[in-house]
Amino acid sequence: MGDPINNMVGEETSDEERAELRETLGLTDPIHIQFSRFVVNASKGEFGISYQLRRPVSELIIERLPATIELVLISALIALVSGTLLGVYTGINRKGFLSDFILAVSLLGVSLPTFVIGILFIYLFAVILGVLPSFGRGEVIDLGFWSTGLLTISGLKAIILPSVTLSLFQMTYIIRLVRAEMMEILQTDYIKFARARGISEKSINYKHALKNGLIPVITIAGINIGTLVAFSIITETVFQWPGMGFLFIQAVQFVDIPIMSAYLVFIAFVFVMINFIVDILYYFIDPRIRVKGDVTSG
Amino acid sequence: MTFLKINNLSIDYKMRKETVNAAKNINIDINKGEIVGIVGESGSGKSTVANAIVNLIDEPGKISSGSIFMGETNISENPETIVQYRGKKIGLIFQDPQTSLNPILTVGEQLIETIQTHLNISTDEAKNKAINLLTEVGIKEAKKRFSNYPHQFSGGMRQRVVISLALCCEPELLIADEPTTALDVSIQSQILELIKKLTRERNLAVILITHDMGVIAETTDRVAVMKNGDLVEIGPTKQVLVEPKEKYTKSLVSSVPPTNKKISRFTIIEKENLNNQNNNIKILNRWSKKSIVDQNLVKIQNLSKSFDDSFFTENTKNSVMAVDDVSFDIKEGKSFGLVGESGSGKTTIAKMVVNLFKPSSGDIFFDNVNVTKIKKNKDLLKFRRQIQMIFQDPFSSLNGRLKVKEIIAEPIKLHNPNIKSMDLDNYIYDLLESVELSQQSAIRYPHEFSGGQRQRISIARALATQPRLLVCDEPTSALDVSIQAQILNLLKDLQEQLNLTILFISHDLPVVRQMCDKIAVLKDGKLCEVSETEELFKNPKHNYTKELLKLMPKIESIYN
Repeated sequence: MGDPINNMVGEETSDEERAELRETLGLTDPIHIQFSRFVVNASKGEFGISYQLRRPVSELIIERLPATIELVLISALIALVSGTLLGVYTGINRKGFLSDFILAVSLLGVSLPTFVIGILFIYLFAVILGVLPSFGRGEVIDLGFWSTGLLTISGLKAIILPSVTLSLFQMTYIIRLVRAEMMEILQTDYIKFARARGISEKSINYKHALKNGLIPVITIAGINIGTLVAFSIITETVFQWPGMGFLFIQAVQFVDIPIMSAYLVFIAFVFVMINFIVDILYYFIDPRIRVKGDVTSG
Repeated sequence: MTFLKINNLSIDYKMRKETVNAAKNINIDINKGEIVGIVGESGSGKSTVANAIVNLIDEPGKISSGSIFMGETNISENPETIVQYRGKKIGLIFQDPQTSLNPILTVGEQLIETIQTHLNISTDEAKNKAINLLTEVGIKEAKKRFSNYPHQFSGGMRQRVVISLALCCEPELLIADEPTTALDVSIQSQILELIKKLTRERNLAVILITHDMGVIAETTDRVAVMKNGDLVEIGPTKQVLVEPKEKYTKSLVSSVPPTNKKISRFTIIEKENLNNQNNNIKILNRWSKKSIVDQNLVKIQNLSKSFDDSFFTENTKNSVMAVDDVSFDIKEGKSFGLVGESGSGKTTIAKMVVNLFKPSSGDIFFDNVNVTKIKKNKDLLKFRRQIQMIFQDPFSSLNGRLKVKEIIAEPIKLHNPNIKSMDLDNYIYDLLESVELSQQSAIRYPHEFSGGQRQRISIARALATQPRLLVCDEPTSALDVSIQAQILNLLKDLQEQLNLTILFISHDLPVVRQMCDKIAVLKDGKLCEVSETEELFKNPKHNYTKELLKLMPKIESIYN
């Protein structure tokens, strides 16, 4: 990885000054002491000082957090809503031109890498049509604890391309999952029984089938929101989005270890939290796990 | 007056290569206040006809000719008409109450939605109606149960909910497709009584589809017999069952295990396999034949098994006693029957006997050795080869990716690793012959066989280690009655020739009566009574046994 001191100081720094800096940063201690110090500090939310930017890492992360969270939430929303709608449509109308078309396009979404799609979008909407900005977050309003781009026109315009780019992969995933679930559930006995009772097709599709079909979708979508945060590195780089992913990529180039480790710990934390939330959501969605051992005999 | 008239109905399934005629020129008339049974084996087209009435035939099936009249209206002509009839004029009940209800909607939500689809009434009125219906079909505390989810009901209760759903808009025709097949005997009789009562009270026309001749005999007024899409015979139930005109009906009736007497063999009129059985099967030459010693081969003493509900069980309340202090002996060369309803612990006992479960307490002696005390796997292997098991479902108990040859070779090689490949092949052929399968079957895969043939393969696999004890866990409950008769005959023949001891587990009392010398009746993990078969049937001592015998559907009831 190289010596971080070399990246931090200028060429004319003397060896004595370098050694002194190394001492203050604690880089001369044995590995296990450095590591335990890292763990203790990390548990307190302190990840040290960025080698490159010379500011506390936690401060940097908090500063960049809103940008990434907004991007991820908007693209998760796009992926969930349009993925579910298209999935239900293709699940119900299995044959038909539009279904085939959606599925063919969704294949493209899975197979094209995010950065290619991002660059294509920039070329089409920013360069040729010139309707949307190609980089940045637009105008940002500072709410004190949170800086949002969702309240200004330029901010909203700026988030369209990156969020759509980021959502495409997840969307195609959800389309296929919802479609498979719908097709399976429409074959079940309780759907057949509902038909035999004369329940309308609309209610069968959206009330009976979709509700059951969404249970596994929520699990997958929950895990995928974590993936979105991780994927956002590429999207943020392509669109120069001032979020954590962009911060991370810059940190990698400068071997800025405190930022990298803080980012990775943060991602792990996000994954765990999302899974925890999904597990709790289950309780509200699926009545079968709500009460255990409450079956009356008869 | 004829209420429903099925006229020359034919249903075709257009497949890629061929067209399958699922039903051919079916004519059935049904009157109000009458229960008409449709009986037949799987694939006979009985459900297809029922589904055709409400236009719910699975893709790609289509009505190719004929008509269905309900009163004066031709309901098969226009799909729009039938959609309005579903639930309102025609109610349907399906086989499996576990899967017929939507798991994430409450029973009440499903009832109210159905009622409001057909009747123009307010939600409160619909709720009142729903609660009354639930009470009518025998659900206690209907008001409280109204907002429960389906999984909070037991199987029998769920089928009652299904019936209330089918009847909620006062249909004139009720179609019940195997309504009790998935239920225990006692619940089956309650459900059938309920259907009979509702038929009387509401003057319903009922179509009852089943493969169970006992149910037909006890419930229906008239019966239609179907085979391969043809209507073989239709007439008053008594006439069809007592004096069948057609050969097929005769064979169907003769395959049904009689409930009132023990017969040595089932009369088979139509055979699945054509090759005749010879009495000197070659496998005998390989059998390290042991003459029967007059001893108890299996001794089970104070056997108990409890299952803990979860890993983190905080109290012992959650643990379930699946088997509770059970003791019995099995004489060598005899068949011992274990009878009970689902959840009675019979399969758990079987799994402990073959050492798949460890008992919580108690001992199992096999050939005077306490098997539960054996610790080393190597020593256990010796016992494992002497005890083999045949499972209920022939579709999931064979590995679909192995050829029959490999399936049977596996146990042989495990217990006899040095066998030469020529000898192994011959061994396999001999085993296949003993279960009346051809040598060509060896190179085929399980999916190429029918259910009955697969069960034969399972038997051949079980025989491969030359066991002394065969544990049969519901070996025929997934099979049609004519196939069941053949498999039971085969088991009897093999037992006689190979001196096998059999532990036979079943919920089907007539079958157990034909197969076993001695029977144990289980309820909730406890032993109710153990006695000689004929003694048990003629002179049951325990109240539960009496009740079971009273409730089992009897084909003979038709003579009364």
